Amino acid sequence: MLTLTPAIRNAMVATCIRALPNEGCGLLIGRVDGDDATATEIVPSPNVAASARVYEIDSRVLLRAFRRVDDEGSAVLGVFHSHTHSEAYPSPTDVRQAPDPAWHYILVSLRDIPAVVRSFRIKDDTVTSEDIYIEE
Amino acid sequence: MAATVRIPTVLRPAMGGLTTVTVEGSTIGAVLTELTTTYPAIEGQLLNQDGTLHRFLNVYVNDDDVRYIGGVNAPVGEDDEITLLPAVAGGVA
Ligand SMILES: [Zn+2]
Repeated sequence: MLTLTPAIRNAMVATCIRALPNEGCGLLIGRVDGDDATATEIVPSPNVAASARVYEIDSRVLLRAFRRVDDEGSAVLGVFHSHTHSEAYPSPTDVRQAPDPAWHYILVSLRDIPAVVRSFRIKDDTVTSEDIYIEE
Repeated sequence: MAATVRIPTVLRPAMGGLTTVTVEGSTIGAVLTELTTTYPAIEGQLLNQDGTLHRFLNVYVNDDDVRYIGGVNAPVGEDDEITLLPAVAGGVA
């Protein structure tokens, strides 16, 4: 399960809306407890692929985030990105390129209003949906 | 020349769980080749067969992404810290 605050959920959606017409993306930072995680912050990234069909986190944003969590004792929990015209589910490319089986993969679909936010685990090319708990 | 290389979590199982290693080499290409020789389980995850950088690996010398400073030819000095991180990317197709 992934625990988020309403502010973090809204910040992910806002980042993705600002990136339109391209896919938006960013990293989630927080605490890990076994298979569960609690996000305390997002780090928006430019989509360096600058595409409506592809995303890539800026490599400098990535390095800064990893350096910071090392210093703070927190963790990079995963990544969020948007699908502008398709559902909130990882594409075959998203699955193939998933960088870390320990991560949580958040999909933000902007196809419909309101935006749909879902979270997944991706291990050995297998996608599993997980619950998002919104902690008020 | 020996530089420190920080290993990302995804590569650690194939490298005995190490978080950092010290590697000889005066360029990024030499360092990554040496790493692959020492830890054959990571073969193909750092460099392509033609010796270019793997598309889904980010390599940094200190604060610089090596793509902007010469790629595999980027120079590595004695006290440099090299960081490896998986590229974070995806696509609709
Ligand atoms: Zn996607």
